[in-house]
Amino acid sequence: MARSGVVSWRRRSEKLDGFDMAPMNSEEAHVLAVDDSLVDRKVIERLLRISSCKVTAVDSGRRALQFLGLDDDKSSSVGFDGLKVDLIITDYCMPGMTGYELLKKIKESSALKEIPVVIMSSENVLARIDRCLEEGAEDFIVKPVKLSDVKRLKDYMTREAGLEESGMNKRKLREPCDLPSSPPSILPSSPSSSSSSPSKSPSPPLSSSFSAPSSPTSLDSPIRRLKMTNTD
Amino acid sequence: MLGLGVDRLRADMNRLLAMLFHQGVLDEQFLQLQQLQDESSPNFVSEVVNIYFHESEKLLRNLRELLMDREFSDYKKMGTHLNQFMGSSSSIGAKRIRNVCVAFRAASEHNNRAGCLRALEVLEHEYCYLKNKLHELFQIEQQRVLAAGVRYPMQNN
Repeated sequence: MARSGVVSWRRRSEKLDGFDMAPMNSEEAHVLAVDDSLVDRKVIERLLRISSCKVTAVDSGRRALQFLGLDDDKSSSVGFDGLKVDLIITDYCMPGMTGYELLKKIKESSALKEIPVVIMSSENVLARIDRCLEEGAEDFIVKPVKLSDVKRLKDYMTREAGLEESGMNKRKLREPCDLPSSPPSILPSSPSSSSSSPSKSPSPPLSSSFSAPSSPTSLDSPIRRLKMTNTD
Repeated sequence: MLGLGVDRLRADMNRLLAMLFHQGVLDEQFLQLQQLQDESSPNFVSEVVNIYFHESEKLLRNLRELLMDREFSDYKKMGTHLNQFMGSSSSIGAKRIRNVCVAFRAASEHNNRAGCLRALEVLEHEYCYLKNKLHELFQIEQQRVLAAGVRYPMQNN
């Protein structure tokens, strides 16, 4: 099985025949995973790697902020080792800084606020979910995290990581294919750019009018469902 | 003969797994872990489970130390340990352990020391059971891998 659906522009034509048109960036997405539990870090790392993502896993909110270049009150737009981060996935309950506090710090930072943040929690508490979504979390996953959850996360990354290139790619190449959930119809109009920054697409207005999800444990992210119906 | 051995071992594994599912000891999250194991990560399940065992033993020791202390009153700390134990148990699909943790946590929230002690004993028992069964599972798996490796030269005769 193809481990990675990533195709670079150069190789595209060679791979046209029988190629699985996975909506992919020309680079692998880089996810920062934050969880104080080693077991959970191993699992989330594997889930992400098997889904063709680069992963950096840290054990605390503080380390996450260090990695992102946000140390205490200092703010910088460069990641610790220069790698851009396409998605942050964090546990809610952590000693020291909770996932919620981490989320707030990220959304308060002009350099980092565009990075989608997903919260994980073993507790299915509606008030907690609401708080996180209101603070700007992209989604909320009830643990244990499964492959289907991670597959859903990929949509946030490909949609928001400025994939104009592959968007156009798909419009040309998808005519014979029937893919009802093709991202191009969902992508908001954004300035065309390479995928170098996750902040290109504006945060979809739909999420601000979105209220509490009715069922956080449903298979589809409620946010995704809302976005899809509005663009159809 | 060795070919039959592989099939029989696989059947043994499946039977053991089915029993653990039936007993509610494991749930589908364990299957999810198995799905994450492949040629690029051939020991993923046992690696994660071994980390889980290592962490769990520490947590169980901490819980026992807390409760054995005659002057014990730090239910909040106990709650923290329990949350960790609950979380990691659910991440590997250890359903029964997780459920005992839930009951344990309820006792702790009511400052019910006797209830906590009882829950701890059940927890230690459940943990022992799970550890034994998973070790058994990994042993059968190892034997199966070995038997499968030896089989191929025979087939070519």
